[in-house]
Amino acid sequence: MSLTGSRFSGRGAWLPSRTGLLKGGRVVATLAATLLGLLLITFLIGRVMPIDPVLAVVGERATNEVYEATRKAMGLDQPLIIQFFTYIREVVTGNFGTSLLTSRPVIQDIARVFPATLELATVATMIGVALGIPAGVLAAVHQGRWPDHFVRLIGLFGYSMPIFWLGLVGLLVFYGKLDWVAGPGRLDVFFEDVVPQVTGVILIDSLLAGDLEVFTNALSHIILPASVLGYYSLAYISRMTRSFMLEQLAQEYITTARVKGLSETRVIWGHALGNVMVPLITVIALSYANLLEGSVLTEIVFAWPGIGFYITNALLSADMNAVLGGTVMVGIVFIGLNLLSDLLYRVFDPRAG
Amino acid sequence: MTDGSDASSVRGLGVWLTSETPSSPLQARCIQIYLGWLGLARNPLAMLGLAIVVALILAAIFAPLIAPYDPIAQDLQRRLLPPGTPGNLLGTDELGRDILSRLLYGARITLYVVALVVVTAPVFGLLIGTVAGYAGGWVDTVLMRFTDVFLAFPRLVLALAFVAALGPGIGNAVLAIALTSWPPYARIARAETLTIRNTDFISAIRLQGASPLRIVVGHVMPLCLSSVIVRVTLDMAGIILTAAGLGFLGLGAQPPLPEWGAMISTGRLYILDQWWVATMPGLAIFTVSLGFNLLGDGLRDALDPRSGR
Repeated sequence: MSLTGSRFSGRGAWLPSRTGLLKGGRVVATLAATLLGLLLITFLIGRVMPIDPVLAVVGERATNEVYEATRKAMGLDQPLIIQFFTYIREVVTGNFGTSLLTSRPVIQDIARVFPATLELATVATMIGVALGIPAGVLAAVHQGRWPDHFVRLIGLFGYSMPIFWLGLVGLLVFYGKLDWVAGPGRLDVFFEDVVPQVTGVILIDSLLAGDLEVFTNALSHIILPASVLGYYSLAYISRMTRSFMLEQLAQEYITTARVKGLSETRVIWGHALGNVMVPLITVIALSYANLLEGSVLTEIVFAWPGIGFYITNALLSADMNAVLGGTVMVGIVFIGLNLLSDLLYRVFDPRAG
Repeated sequence: MTDGSDASSVRGLGVWLTSETPSSPLQARCIQIYLGWLGLARNPLAMLGLAIVVALILAAIFAPLIAPYDPIAQDLQRRLLPPGTPGNLLGTDELGRDILSRLLYGARITLYVVALVVVTAPVFGLLIGTVAGYAGGWVDTVLMRFTDVFLAFPRLVLALAFVAALGPGIGNAVLAIALTSWPPYARIARAETLTIRNTDFISAIRLQGASPLRIVVGHVMPLCLSSVIVRVTLDMAGIILTAAGLGFLGLGAQPPLPEWGAMISTGRLYILDQWWVATMPGLAIFTVSLGFNLLGDGLRDALDPRSGR
């Protein structure tokens, strides 16, 4: 194994080689195929649904001629395969149709709600990383003793708890009984629209505007949902950190470092953890992607106006354009994060060709 | 029958089960299962998990006998009673229905969902994975790309989209969960098949003239089973949580069915004042998922010594 640790191996590694280009081409092809499959699935879901999309536009009392004309105008008289290509063209140009619920283009709606999800998932990941990595390291160092069992138990609880229920119990205890945090939503009513929207992420916008009061209020709103969500990434990150650390601690360079007389702190938190960081970055990216899923239910419980809240509300009012547009968006972000975790691994670990 | 012959027949069974030289395939199989069981029984946490799962199954079977009340019988005079009220151990909900009775009957719905998903998704995944792994070439590429597409969605979001298209209801929720949970099994089965397909015994069978179908179904699939079973046990908690999530969103079982997720959803309205309405079903979901997770962990350790600690 590499005694030098996994640092960058000189400039050469950054220059594209022929095999590198070939690999890059394959990655792009795979990505394109996956995206195509994703669109095919959402397209088929859109076609099997029992709601008549023409009826939804023209209304119940439209005459037959109007109905037929609209059907033609929407391209629904074309063969399925043509419809599919039309659908791809529309999606590529960012046209997901109009939302029945908000009467705005779905893409605009998504652009409006996505920052909220991003903010929630980011703070949650920060919590998961800040607590999960030390927990995993402790568990590995004290393998088989009580800190290890404790961390395992915390993780096991995380995998077994319904996230929406944990959110509700959190609201009951920390908002209802103790009154430590603010309730559902992103801000108190009288703080809404106080700071100008720049990024859509309130924590950043309020700092840009220099309004600390809004920042504190937003923080007190986000802390509970982010902690609930962060618990799940904590469970995952701590487990992975533990197994990576165990692998590193068994290596010979660790013994060498100890024999050299380095303090245990430096051996564990410097040498071993330093080498674990590379695979951990990919784990963190994956857990970030998985939070998208957990965020759907969390957003419902905390009335957090993000993409999950948007999709669910659209679903309950049979707003199919919005549901499918949101699903495609989540799928694209999910694929993007998976790709990113793969790329980060290749960039940071010179051994991965 | 006398005590003596009883004891000797038990001892006979013990000898039969621990024999070093099994005389029939049946005996060999039984010995294998028995040794696996011994490994599992050494793990107290796995036994706790097993106990929880058995309790769930018993509760589901005997719900009409144990439940003190009809799960959908309303009694508006006795609505929102706190836990510990005489006659209503876990309290009542907003329509005066007994929460304990609803939880017991809800075990049937949970078990029904889990059972249906478990007999469909792994079978489909096993089929796709073994065929892809054994055939190789373009069949493999196409099938695995297909699998990756399904893996590219967050599971719950895809299930949401499916239920949106098919309409809410418990059957459609099961279908949506099954449609989104087969890809990992396909991946596992393919990986196992790749190691099995180049072994000597498969070559021997092929030389005897067995058809590819016979090889895949009769010889490759059974060898992939144990890893798939372990994965299934570990996935059950996820299935329960997804089903509960769909129920919570109002897309799973419809009222007045006592589905645990849906119960939390109605209890949400009363969370600040009548906490038990939402908390009790959540505890039930948590306990059952924990049981499956503990059992799954134990099974993995017992059946796959490599995964170790």
